[in-house]
Amino acid sequence: MNDNGTLLSVEDISTHFFTEEGVVKAVQDVSFAIMKGQTFALVGESGCGKSVTALSIMRLVPEPQGKIVSGEIVFEGKKLLSLSEKGMRQIRGNEIAMIFQEPMTSLNPVYTVGNQIVEAIKLHQKKSTSQAWSDAVEMLRRVGISDPQQRVREYPHQMSGGMRQRIMIAMAVSCEPVLLIADEPTTALDVTIQAQILDLLDRLQEQNGMSILLITHDLGVVAERADDVAVMYASRIVEVAESRQLFAEPLHPYTQGLLESLPRLGITAGRLQTISGTVPEPLHFPAGCKFHPRCPVGREDRRCQTVEPKLREVRPGRCVACWYARDRRQRAEDRRQSPESAAVDEG
Amino acid sequence: MTGKVAVPATAKRKRRKNIEQGISNVEAKVPNMVNTNDYLLRVAGLKTYFPVKKGLLQRTIGYVKAVDGISFGIQAGQTLGLVGESGCGKTTVARSIVRLVPATEGSVVFDQTDVLSADRVKLRELRRQISLIFQDPFGSLNPRMTVGNIIGESLKVQKKAAGSELIERVTALLSKVGLSPDHINRYPHEFSGGQRQRISVARALALEPKLVICDEPVSALDVSIQSQILNLLKDLQDEFGLTFLFIAHDLAVVEFFCDIVAVMYMGKIVERAAKEELYRNPLHPYTRALMSSIPQVERDPSPSRRGRRTTLGGEVPSALNPPAGCAFHPRCPLAEGVCLKQMPVLEEKGDYEGHFVACWKCQKKLIIDNG
Repeated sequence: MNDNGTLLSVEDISTHFFTEEGVVKAVQDVSFAIMKGQTFALVGESGCGKSVTALSIMRLVPEPQGKIVSGEIVFEGKKLLSLSEKGMRQIRGNEIAMIFQEPMTSLNPVYTVGNQIVEAIKLHQKKSTSQAWSDAVEMLRRVGISDPQQRVREYPHQMSGGMRQRIMIAMAVSCEPVLLIADEPTTALDVTIQAQILDLLDRLQEQNGMSILLITHDLGVVAERADDVAVMYASRIVEVAESRQLFAEPLHPYTQGLLESLPRLGITAGRLQTISGTVPEPLHFPAGCKFHPRCPVGREDRRCQTVEPKLREVRPGRCVACWYARDRRQRAEDRRQSPESAAVDEG
Repeated sequence: MTGKVAVPATAKRKRRKNIEQGISNVEAKVPNMVNTNDYLLRVAGLKTYFPVKKGLLQRTIGYVKAVDGISFGIQAGQTLGLVGESGCGKTTVARSIVRLVPATEGSVVFDQTDVLSADRVKLRELRRQISLIFQDPFGSLNPRMTVGNIIGESLKVQKKAAGSELIERVTALLSKVGLSPDHINRYPHEFSGGQRQRISVARALALEPKLVICDEPVSALDVSIQSQILNLLKDLQDEFGLTFLFIAHDLAVVEFFCDIVAVMYMGKIVERAAKEELYRNPLHPYTRALMSSIPQVERDPSPSRRGRRTTLGGEVPSALNPPAGCAFHPRCPLAEGVCLKQMPVLEEKGDYEGHFVACWKCQKKLIIDNG
């Protein structure tokens, strides 16, 4: 949609945690690129590594247990992993801002919300205190808080969950970031408030043309708000696609399973489809493809059990990490070449 | 008894299951859905107020009307879904029904027993027949008890089983919910969220209850696990003829799981109808807004719904200081005049029987007068 070029590219990032029980490979060989003005969604179940990916981009992985062991992150031509801490601080909160899931714990309860927004503004911009305060009031107005003059002097506990999340967003966008990382921004909120917050993010994106990295487990949110999507499973990206393409024709068996197991409005038939088994523990990942114990094909297949498939491009803009994933065109070709083996693939 | 035409699909399924198990008295087990008097649970005018105290003398300065005059009935074998956003009082309804919090007013009748006035002996019996499944599979299981003790505790307390019989029943329950009998001596921390919720389900079923109250049983679980638990609950309902009061905030889950749906807003039911009717023809503006707020996955590559939704403005008002008139009027796109002054009552409106709405702006039921 936006051909203005790449804003952020993550190249083969691996982030490991060195714990007493062993090395937890939280993120493995994750690569994706976010275009300018685009919303890119990272979707997956809890523990799949999506939040650690975000923390890696911000270089906020808790050290010394956690470490980005390999890869590179390029943001507007700058290699983030080789920047000094001071250089990183220039970017963090200024050019890349982040909002978190839990708006209560990520705001400081002993300062007024105005204080906290002013702190962020003054840290990154050369502005007088009074200028920063009037900016803060302006920000609150922009995120749709009524009576901002009054609210700016209030404490987080005086506000509802939705309002706190608006404050978090106000703080994050106060320095006009070019990339906003939103880590489950609406998970703790009710559906009607969730819709308000997502609309707000849409509006802000329209106004300043920032890119959004949206991290979520909610496929519905992805379907409605994201341009491109990467699906994560057990520390790896298993599928990347344009959002509409992903939902129309999911290629990875995990994505297919997720979409089928989702109760949706209008679907009232007897039973839901399920993905059998559970998400593997990061300390005991299975060999080969990590999804193979839960996959209808992988359970039986030697190659799936022993060799992990790499993310490969099946068509421009569509990548999938599965030995057997084929898109429609390829399946049709397979069928023409050898009818029997194609039939196996379909099953 | 039940005519062939009137047997609903769920009952049919159940009958098939029963026949498979060789149970002969099929007719007795099939709930008679035609007769409206045989509600297993009937709640009428239930109110639960929490006093707000302030100052040195802890004087009561007001009340939070968590549940404010709620009525519904559930027939045996049915599932009633209670939907609403956080703080609307749906959990308090559940807690009031089992008397975990004292109700202020109203009546709860379970299987011809008045729950709210039951004495200790009766209450003990009631709690054998009504069990609960909670939202948080991490907080609701005692981390210092083994799975066997957690599931078997109620059997012991109610003196239903002991010794080897107890172990036998616990292992049977474990396999019912899809866990292995070897899990009996393990502790909750050794299990994943989905497995823990299975343990909660086994515990709830231990006393062979008639009614199971599920308070957001799947909202803490991942999508791929959520569908497993929902299927499990449905299977168990078919097998044991359970009746569910299903509390959730996710309208899609409720549509999948429930027969009747009641939508709550600020302590009141604003709309209640059979599932098919409610989802086909939502009347209350709040129900409509809720439905339009759910982000939907559309499988066909049509243009996204971005910008096509009707977002509800404002937030849920404070329960301490509710607005006058209809509690929804500050957020309602239709509110005017009477909405601001007078509280609408839940009335039968819409084209179908049993569709109740509390709204001044909804159309009155069309009464076809033949005489």
